[in-house]
Amino acid sequence: MALNEVAGTVIIGIGVLFDVFGCIGLLRLPDVYNRLQAGTKCVTFGTCGILLGIFMMYGFSGAGLKALAGIPFLLVASPAAAHAIGRGAYRFGVKLWKKSVIDLYQKDQDKTD
Amino acid sequence: MIGVYLIILAVCCLFCLLRGWLGPTIADRMVAIDLMGILAVGMTALLVVITGREFVIDIALSWIFLSFIGTLALAKYLSHKTLDE
Repeated sequence: MALNEVAGTVIIGIGVLFDVFGCIGLLRLPDVYNRLQAGTKCVTFGTCGILLGIFMMYGFSGAGLKALAGIPFLLVASPAAAHAIGRGAYRFGVKLWKKSVIDLYQKDQDKTD
Repeated sequence: MIGVYLIILAVCCLFCLLRGWLGPTIADRMVAIDLMGILAVGMTALLVVITGREFVIDIALSWIFLSFIGTLALAKYLSHKTLDE
């Protein structure tokens, strides 16, 4: 195996590991907002790692450059979607976990009203 | 090695499906579907290495946008608004 394939496989492995952590967090955390932050952060970073590994394997040609172009799109699009889900869930009336400490969004709403 | 990664990602997709099945509220199911879309992007990117066909990465790129737009539409639906607002 060439060196770039080894490096790409290692980076892809790190990305897959982050994906696994994100999915375990999605299963085990208590309420929507916790699941949202664990899942979205880890899975976005993991998929960026996979795309970076593809770039390392293929270099500056064809699939490699397209994978590299996908990373900023993913880094912009996925947190925006997560933010939209979180705000929508709050407006829909999904309750926080009963052991949650603070609710700053509600505080801001009270201040503006 | 890449095949093992693909199987691990498929198991992650099963976790997401389980959360979508269990999820007590509609927002949980939306989060699960969103994550499954992003995982599918990773799986499609791994298929480039396995099959050796470089056009598969285009499918992954377009899947990012489709997942993003679908999630935004569902979030608009969730916050009691119509889609053209």
